[in-house]
Amino acid sequence: MQFKTATSPHLAQQNSVQSVMYKVLLAMLPGTIAMIVFFGWGVLVNIILASVVALSCEALMLLLRKRPLKPYLLDGSALLTATLLALALPQLAPWWLTLIGTAFAIIVAKHLYGGLGFNPFNPAMVGYIVVIISFPREMTQWVPPLLDDYTLLTFSETLRVIFHGELPLTYGWDAITMATPLDTVKTQLGLELSINEIENHKEYGSMFGAIGGFGWEWANGLFLMTGLYLCIKRIIDWRIPAGIIAAILVLSNLFALYDYASFTPPTFHLFSGGFMLGAFFIATDPVTAATTTKGRWLYGAGIGIFIYIIRTWGSYPDGIAFAVILMNMAAPLLDYYTMPRAFGHRWNEFPHHHLGDKDEE
Amino acid sequence: MSLNSRHLWHFHGGLKLPSNKAVSTIKPITRALLPKRLVIPVQQHIGEAGKLLVKVGDSVLKGQVLAQASSYVSASIHAPSSGKVVEIEELPVPHPSGLSALSVVIETDGEDKWIELSPLHHPNTKSPTELRQLIRQAGIVGLGGAAFPTAVKVNTGPHAEIDTLIINGAECEPSISCDDMLMRHYASEVISGCGLIQYIVSAKHCLIAIEDNKPEAIAALRAVITEKALHTIEVVVVPTIYPTGGEKQLIKVLSNKEVPSDGFPSDIGVLVQNVGTAVAIHKAICLGEPLISRIVTITGEGVQQAHNMEVLIGTPMSELIEQSGGYHDDAAKLIMGGPMMGFTLQTDHLPVTKACNCLLVSNAAEQTADAMPCIRCGACATVCPAQLLPQQLYWHASSKNFDLVQEYHLFDCIECGCCNHVCPSQIPLVQYYRFAKTEIWNQERDRIKSDHARIRHEFRQQRLDREKKERDEKLRKKKELLAKKKIAEAETKKTADETTEIDPKKAAIEAAMQRVKDKKSAQQTATTNLTSATESSNEKSTQEQ
Repeated sequence: MQFKTATSPHLAQQNSVQSVMYKVLLAMLPGTIAMIVFFGWGVLVNIILASVVALSCEALMLLLRKRPLKPYLLDGSALLTATLLALALPQLAPWWLTLIGTAFAIIVAKHLYGGLGFNPFNPAMVGYIVVIISFPREMTQWVPPLLDDYTLLTFSETLRVIFHGELPLTYGWDAITMATPLDTVKTQLGLELSINEIENHKEYGSMFGAIGGFGWEWANGLFLMTGLYLCIKRIIDWRIPAGIIAAILVLSNLFALYDYASFTPPTFHLFSGGFMLGAFFIATDPVTAATTTKGRWLYGAGIGIFIYIIRTWGSYPDGIAFAVILMNMAAPLLDYYTMPRAFGHRWNEFPHHHLGDKDEE
Repeated sequence: MSLNSRHLWHFHGGLKLPSNKAVSTIKPITRALLPKRLVIPVQQHIGEAGKLLVKVGDSVLKGQVLAQASSYVSASIHAPSSGKVVEIEELPVPHPSGLSALSVVIETDGEDKWIELSPLHHPNTKSPTELRQLIRQAGIVGLGGAAFPTAVKVNTGPHAEIDTLIINGAECEPSISCDDMLMRHYASEVISGCGLIQYIVSAKHCLIAIEDNKPEAIAALRAVITEKALHTIEVVVVPTIYPTGGEKQLIKVLSNKEVPSDGFPSDIGVLVQNVGTAVAIHKAICLGEPLISRIVTITGEGVQQAHNMEVLIGTPMSELIEQSGGYHDDAAKLIMGGPMMGFTLQTDHLPVTKACNCLLVSNAAEQTADAMPCIRCGACATVCPAQLLPQQLYWHASSKNFDLVQEYHLFDCIECGCCNHVCPSQIPLVQYYRFAKTEIWNQERDRIKSDHARIRHEFRQQRLDREKKERDEKLRKKKELLAKKKIAEAETKKTADETTEIDPKKAAIEAAMQRVKDKKSAQQTATTNLTSATESSNEKSTQEQ
């Protein structure tokens, strides 16, 4: 009898890029629902809008690059980029802001570098940085979380705000948007208020919850829990979020001990803004992160340090995007200097001619 | 399950795989029927092929030497049964590329008549060197799959001191159960073999490592050890993690020592032998029987009946399948070895060799999904038991950067397939590494060849230079001589003129020289004529064209 030949191993491979991406997307669901509950329909509209744009841009680029459509459109990577970016944008951001950010992320940051697996920078964060630098005013259209004396916009009102910029008759922009807790802390600290005074302020105090920003702490908590689950299931590498959290804890504790009135406490850092989303879902993007064990610790720690620096002394309220992109740049170098010792070798000997000088030969 | 008190270590990475062994261990080992034709490839081992001692038409007895080990790293082969040599030809052998190799074909006579055997009843009265010689004569090779001549492996040299002998009964590859069944059914032979190897290499301890998914084998061996009250042989239960059965990985688990990348286990005082090899050594020394059979696992979803068979070397695989009830309709691939490291065969009309531990018939509905790009998830590095960076190896191998790929320790890769198995992008990583290794070997061969050529060329150039120099020297000397002669002649002439007295001898010489000169000039004219003739004919032919 004649048989087909193939090379070993012959066991069917269990894993796929698609399943990794969809598991990560699924894990983002609880946190996302919390965001919708606290901040309204805008979150959902942003996600849907970004997803449509991302898939269209992906299809367009695949056609232009003459790549097969089906495997890449279905791999979930474009959807993941879209969702991460949408969650990072203000809930009432105008439609064209989402469109520009997402299109830039997919077309430039992903496909111009060679598509899935070849982009050196996290596409979602590149998209975010492009819009926050280009359109700083629109990037402040955050809504306050659902509070006792405030009702969220209805779905149709949200659509009208996002697509037509039309506000409901009874509201003004000031009434429906406000700074995030992170932003408020930064501004008020600049006005010589202490942390305690800010948190108990009659105007801003209500935006602070038990441990972080009100609403934000719920989203962060849920992202933390599902993120931990992904770590246990080995779908994402635990060392990166561990490095980020460790760095934030060390720095925030040190400075809060030094002066608790002017430096925010560790819990506030961990449960405000997009921290847990960033630590577990953005920074862990394997394509742009370091790949060695030690490299991932350092990569995470670097992101944590940059987040703290930017939040505390930088000019932007949250620093996740910048921190991630900065460490993306360092990833190849981290990988190179943290090569593991191979079995049976005494120590890791670095390859002599690494960083691309092979052309000389 | 009884565990051991011994402390164990871990190697990096590895996989927990479904073992799929139970199905083939339900039935006891059956003896395969004596085939009509046995095809015995002359080379079934690593090293040089043996020297043929038989010719077509010879009658052979079971156990008779067919080919004698030709050099140090070589192994003899023996007739697995009695009969007649009917053919010595290049025939297909089990090989990933479907190669053919010189094979001896024996038509069996059904009598299965042994040559005269000389069993050793008291091996301890012989020296280790004599026992090694017996192992060599019996044609024993590593039965774990590598088929390296055992006589060479147990000769650790005068300087290496073997502290621990490890008998590898881990059998970490899924589906294979031949070692498991061997340990269950030939426990006392295994222990006897262990003792013999221990004696030959003078090892202080002997550890028999078995994965914890083989409780029956563990119990069987422990029973023999207790019964014989052996104190230096110990069964060590190791966790079932693929590839614990890899030599270097097993040593790490048992001793926390790492075999140096460029060294041998004996460098760290360890020798590893497979359980099957231990039994073969027992048979060779205590019974005088050469290696002419082995246990083969027939298994997989594509075959009717999964079981283990004791098979004569040279038996056609198709007959084993037939005796296992034949194929299922959906049989898709025939694999020699396990699902992780085995290779596929194009046909079952191939002989069982000494290295053939398992025939796995898979019905795997092939996942023909194309590989996606690497997403750098690093799952491969997490599972790599050689602590390599499979992803970097992949990048550099696919860009054919063979220098860099070696600096990332490509040659420490044992091709276990772990990285390949976990890759979410389903990249055939091991294939890339094999490709890079082959390319590097080819380049190395070419380099050696071109080096040879270069050296030859340089030698030739030197020789030509030397010859030219010598010629020039000769010519110079001749000219000098001639010049001297002329001067001398002139002088003599002068004196002759002066004396007007002609020496008759000199006159004779002069006359002779004159004759030579004449002749030379005549020849020259002839050559010139000839050349001009050729030239003119050339001209003619050019004109004709």
